Amino acid sequence: MFNWLQYFADWLVYSVFGISSQTHLGEALNFFVFDTLKIFVLLFLITTIMGIVNSYFPVDKVRNFLSRNRMYGFEYLFASSFGVITPFCSCSSVPLFIGFVKGGIPLGITFTYLITAPLVNEVAIAIFAGAFGFKVTALYIVTGIVLGIIGGFVLGKLKLEKHLSPWVQGIIANAQTEEEMLYDKQSLLQRFPLILKEAFNIVKGVSLYIIIGIAIGGAMHGFLPTGFFEQYINKGQWYAVPLAVVMGVPMYSNAAGVIPVVQVLVVKGIPLGTAIAFMMGVIGLSLPEAMLLKKVMNWKLIAIYFGTTALFMILSGYLFNIIL
Amino acid sequence: MKNIKVLGPGCAKCKTTYNNVIEALKQTGIEAEVIKIEDIEEMMKYNILTTPVLIIDGEIKVKGRVADVNEIKLLLT
Repeated sequence: MFNWLQYFADWLVYSVFGISSQTHLGEALNFFVFDTLKIFVLLFLITTIMGIVNSYFPVDKVRNFLSRNRMYGFEYLFASSFGVITPFCSCSSVPLFIGFVKGGIPLGITFTYLITAPLVNEVAIAIFAGAFGFKVTALYIVTGIVLGIIGGFVLGKLKLEKHLSPWVQGIIANAQTEEEMLYDKQSLLQRFPLILKEAFNIVKGVSLYIIIGIAIGGAMHGFLPTGFFEQYINKGQWYAVPLAVVMGVPMYSNAAGVIPVVQVLVVKGIPLGTAIAFMMGVIGLSLPEAMLLKKVMNWKLIAIYFGTTALFMILSGYLFNIIL
Repeated sequence: MKNIKVLGPGCAKCKTTYNNVIEALKQTGIEAEVIKIEDIEEMMKYNILTTPVLIIDGEIKVKGRVADVNEIKLLLT
C-alpha cells in the first residue's frame, strides 16, 4: 500500500541528496522521510473517516442512546465502541462525565466510555497503523474496546458512587433520561468542508510531536544495531510491563511523538507487548485528566479508576508478550 | 450589545476559542460582552458534553471544537 512512498523516499535520499543507502545517515534519513509521509497520509485519512463517522454519531446522540437503552450488559460494548468513534479531549472528560450520569447512565458504563475514548482515538489509530501495520493496530483497537468493557464493568460493580463529589451525587439523584436534542440537519456534503477542516486542525495540532518523534526514531533506526535493547529489556523481566505502563502515564501530551519512537524500540529488541502496554499508559491515562476529574470525584476514586485501568493495561501487555 | 460566553475548563482549545472571539470582535468592530466560564458546576447548567463551547446571545453555536476567527465573524453578523 505504501510502496510508492518508499520509492519516493529512496529516490529523494539516495538520488536527489546523493546519500548512500549503506551509510547510517542515509538509512536514518530514508526512514524519516518514508515514515513521516506515511504517517501523515494515514493521519489525514483516518481523521477524515472518523470525522464522517462521528458526524452521524455525535456524543450527544451516544449519551441519549445509552441513557434510554438497557441491554443486558451489551450497553458496555456499545459504550466502549462509541468511545472509539467519538473524538476525545481530556479537557472534555469532566463535562462528559457529568452529562452521562445526569442522563441516568450508570457509573460503570460512564467509566467504560471514559476508558476507551482516549485510549482508542483517531490519532493513535493512524500512528499505530503507520508504525506497526494494520494487524497490530486492529489488535490494539480490540484490546482497547475489551479493556474499556472489563474496566467499566469492574468499576461499576465496586459501588463507588459514595466517592463522587456531593454536588455530583445530587445530580445522580435527580438523573433523568434526556429528551431528544436538536441535531444538525445538514447533509454529509454540506458538513464535509467542516470535517476536512477539523481533520486538518487535528493533524496540524500533533504534527510537530510526530516529526520530532520520527526524527528521534529515524536516528535510532540508522545508528543503533538491531536487537540493541534486547540485552536490557526482554520478555523474561516480569517488572518491565508494569514499569512501562507507569512510565507512560505522565507522557500524555506527547502521545503522537512517542509512538514512532516506540516503533523503533520494538525493531531494536523491546518486546511488542511491553511496548503496547507502555503506549496504552501514554495514550489512555493522563495526569491532566486526573486533575480535572478531581472536580467530580475524590482522590480515592481517581486512584481506583486509574489503578484498575492500569492493571488491565499491564495484563494486556503480558498477554501480548505471550501470544505475539 | 451581544452577549458571548466561552465555556471550557481552561484547556488549550478553550483559550484559543476565547482569543478567536476577541480577535473576531476586533476585526468586525462589534461590541460584545465576553464571559469566560471555567467553573464546571456553572458550565453544566448549559447541558453540554464537550468543550470548548461558544454561546452567542444564549444560543449554543459551536461545541466540542475550536471555532476560528472567520467562523465567529459569520456567527456574529
